Order: sequence, then structure tokens, then C-alpha cells
Amino acid sequence: MEKVYSRPKLLKRTPFHYCAGCGHSIIHRLVAEVIEEMNLQDRIVGVNSAGCSVFAYNYLDLDMAESAHGRGLAVATGLKRASPETIVFTYQGDGDLAAIGTAETIHAANRGERITAIFVNNAVYGMTGGQMAPTTLLAQQTTTTPLGRDARLEGYPIRVSEMLAMLRGVVYVERTAVDSPANIRRTKRAIRKAFQVQLDDLGFSLVEILSPCPINWKRDPLESWQWIGKEMIKEFPMGVMKDLTGQKDAD
Amino acid sequence: MDGNSVVGEAAIRAGCQCYFGYPITPQNELTEYMATHLSKRKGCTFIQAESEIAAVNMVFGASLAGVRVMTSSSSPGMSLKQEGISYLASCELPSVIVDISRGGPGLGTISAAQSDYFQATKGGGHGDYRTIVLAPSSVQELADMTHRAFDLADTYRIPVIILADGVLGQMMEPVEFKHEPPERLPVRSSALRGAKGRPRRIVKTCTSNPSEMEEINWSLYRRYQLIREEETACETFLVEDAELIVVAFGIAARIARGAVKNARASGLKVGLFRPITLWPFPSNKVEELANRTKYFLDFELNMGQMLEDVQLALNGKGEVFFYGRPGGVIPTPSEVLRVISRHYYQKGLK
Repeated sequence: MEKVYSRPKLLKRTPFHYCAGCGHSIIHRLVAEVIEEMNLQDRIVGVNSAGCSVFAYNYLDLDMAESAHGRGLAVATGLKRASPETIVFTYQGDGDLAAIGTAETIHAANRGERITAIFVNNAVYGMTGGQMAPTTLLAQQTTTTPLGRDARLEGYPIRVSEMLAMLRGVVYVERTAVDSPANIRRTKRAIRKAFQVQLDDLGFSLVEILSPCPINWKRDPLESWQWIGKEMIKEFPMGVMKDLTGQKDAD
Repeated sequence: MDGNSVVGEAAIRAGCQCYFGYPITPQNELTEYMATHLSKRKGCTFIQAESEIAAVNMVFGASLAGVRVMTSSSSPGMSLKQEGISYLASCELPSVIVDISRGGPGLGTISAAQSDYFQATKGGGHGDYRTIVLAPSSVQELADMTHRAFDLADTYRIPVIILADGVLGQMMEPVEFKHEPPERLPVRSSALRGAKGRPRRIVKTCTSNPSEMEEINWSLYRRYQLIREEETACETFLVEDAELIVVAFGIAARIARGAVKNARASGLKVGLFRPITLWPFPSNKVEELANRTKYFLDFELNMGQMLEDVQLALNGKGEVFFYGRPGGVIPTPSEVLRVISRHYYQKGLK
């Protein structure tokens, strides 16, 4: 029988440390598939953030470096400027990219750095045990918002993609999710396009991916998928926020 | 040329390909020099970063890519860079960081002080790490040490800090550059640029394995011991027959040298000991001097930060007096001479 689907070679045969139902494992796989399909593995460097995905280098068989919490896009900027022919991507969570690293994110995007950011938004701090993130939904309970996030006290969830879309250095921003097979396919298309923007030397690109965190959401994996579709998407609508490429999707 | 611009030119001549910085007085001439001159060179990059934190992390990225890279700042900015310096040290990424220090704490004053000694030599950031710290005391030395800093950084895969001050940074003196800029240095063999034709590389600091963590720290420690043995540097002036030796670094050493000359002219047997590397501190040399000389005067533009290293090195073998000014106001050689004379006569020397 013809083999039509298999594990990407760039995804190492190492059991994930991620919790059951976590979105990172799906997104890792998508990143590996795209890099392999675009044949970028010989010239790509990934920059990890702090948080659960700090160990992404255990799974992705690529040149990879760690960065201090929030500094991924500054590190990626230095790397890319020193070696413009290298394809550089960051893999960051919401705490990293939208809280402690907000300045680095905004300015790298605004400079139009030729970098691709994979932004995993699960509305909570995962590794440190479920505290509030800048993207935590209103009324969402976390360990530091035990009564639910209150806009008067904790402000509103930050809509990173909408915010970055306003900056002129940004060429492509799309928000997707990994809560259904259709959305997973959509996420892969977006990741591919974001890398293409960098290959074409156009400017900054980012894919925001709504991703489940069952343990810290205190929901089982299926409920978590449903919660993304029902609740999270209301606050963070999916879609292309900005696309200056003038091209249709890569596929 | 002013001292700050000299550092910029020397860095370019050392093959520095990337500079990332953020404006802070009194080192802006360096940032501006790089904006004007480095960015003109093929394959080179200058970025005015959005913060000191971003600048030092850009240094991290460029060093990952295997090129010579520099950033610079002044005291409050150096505090912000400490996070990045800790990561650079942990990941063994060569880099040069220039601190044209001012008086603090807090925002402080833009005039010269040496109040960053602790921060530069004792770590500054978190973790059990060291950085090589060079302390120039003339514009010519700023040029020479900038070049040396890049070589040391590459040799030992370590961040190297040049600790100068506002006076040196702004001072104009003739300078001779001993090197021509290289065409393009080869990319360091450990660079991360994609895993073509080799196994992939990982640069990381995080480990959940305590034994792995311990081994990383041992490995760093062994490197630091090697640096102590090989790279400790100092200068002495008229110490052979000295009854009292002034210990000073950087711009304070420059002032002290004048005071020592004047003391000699008045018949006082006074010498000067100047650490050139603040880390590693030339403790052995201090100890050796104590075999011949009983009295030391530690003079700094702070309230006694290096004094602790001098006392440790002496380990009770000699007596050390202290004269410090907390920065901002620069004492003249004659003021220092008065302090020298007072101790000299009080101890019945002559």
C-alpha cells in the first residue's frame, strides 16, 4: 500500500514531555512538516522561549538556541542581521511574546525584521503552573485570578495580532487555532506562508495559534478543544489580520 | 579622537561586524560612531535597539551566528544588560561589552566615577559566572584593549567587559591604531546558521538535570581558573624601593601616577600598582609586593569597592589605607599627594 502520510524526519523520535492534549506537540509537528516541505533544514535556526516550549530543541532536529524570557525576537534579530541568509524563527508563548517581551516583539516587528514568529497563545502561563497571562480571557480563572480575570483590576486580554498588524514593518499576520483538523490544516498553511514571507525578504511575519492547555484550564482535552472554539475565538477571532504579500496562500 | 570614538574605530579594526546599542550619556559618541562608520561596511550591522535589554540580546543572537559583536552602555544601562550577560556567560558566547561608567546609584550623574566595580567584577547578573574585565587608563589603551577584548572573548568563549568612565570616554588624546580592518573574519566554527552537512547544534542554558547543571558549572569554573593563570595583567610604576604603594585602576590610576611623580620629586618613596585586569584580579602581584612594602593606599572613585580585593590579596600581610571619592568630582594629583603624604609621615616613613 502506498504510504501517504508519515512522521516528518525533523521531528525526533523522542516522547514529548507535554501534557496530554497540549497543543505544542501538534504545532511542533506542523513546524517540522513545513520546514521539511520547504527544504529549509540546512539553513534554519530556531529560537526558543522560556516556558513549556523551552525544550522544543529536544524534538525539532534543527539548529536551535534558547533565549532569556521574552527576548526571543531580540536574539533572532541579532542572528538574522549577522547572517541574513539564515532563516530564523522564534517559537514563543503568550507570556514570553506578549508580557515580558512586549517591547522586543513590537520593535522587531516594527523594524520589519526578516523573521518568522510562531506565537502559541493558550491564554495561561503553562510551565509555572497556570497563572494569568496577558491573553487570559475576562472571567477566566487562573491561579492568580482565582475569581476570574476582572478588566478593572487586570486589564483586558491583549490582541497581539491586531496590534502588530498596525505596524508598517509587519507583512503578514494570521491567527489560527489547533482545535480541529480543519484549523490544524489552516495553521500549517499559515506557517508555510509566514516562512515564505521571510524567504522573499519582505518583512516580519507572525502566526498566532490558539492552543489548548488542558491541565491549567482544568478541562479534559476534548473540552479544551471545545473551549477554544466556543470561548477563545470570541476574544481572539481567527483570520488574516494583515497580508501585504499580494499572494494567495502557499497552497 | 575622543575615547568613545576610539573604541568604535578599534572595534571595527578588530573585525567587529555587529554593534547593538542604546543611547546613554557619556558613551553616545561610540553608538554614533558605529552608526556612521560600521553600518557603511559590507556585511556589517548597526541597530539602535529599543532598550539595553534588547541590545544585549541582539548581541547574543549575533554571537550565535558566529561573528564578532559589541554593545556599550553606562552604569544604569549596564544594570539592564546583566540578564543578557548572564546568558552570554552561560552559553559561552564571545562578546565585548563596554561600560563607560558614571556616578550612581540610580540615575546618578554623567560625570566620571568607578562605582560599577562590584557589578563588573563580581558577576552582576544571576548565577555563578565571571567575565573578564579590562580597565584602560588612557585613550591609547582604550584602542589596544578593545582589540584585545575581542581576542580574549574568542579565545575563552566569554563576554569581556571594558570598564572605563566618562572622563576617558570624552577625553581627546592622540592614538595609534595598530591594525587595519580585516576584509571579513571567518565565521566561528561553533556558529548556528543551519545544520547543513553536520549534526544540528543546540545552545541552551536550561536543564532539569542537576548533574548536568553541576558539570556545566564545573566546566565554566575550570575555564575561569585557566583565565586566572593566563590572563591576569597589571602595571607597576616605581615600586622597587617604595615604602608606600598606591593601588588604583583606570582614570584614578592616571591621577595617582601624577601624585606618585610629585611625591618622588619631594623625596617620598612612593610607587603605583595598577590592575589592568580587574577580573581576574592580580592578587599574586599584590601579595608579592607585600613582601617588600608594608603600606598600601587604595585610591578609587568610589567608596572602596576594589579595596576588598586588595585586602583579600594582602591577607593581613600589609596595611592598606583607603582614599575614595564617591564620584562626580575628580580629585587632582595634589589632593591625592596630600593623602599620600599624611599616611607617609604618620607611619614614620622617610
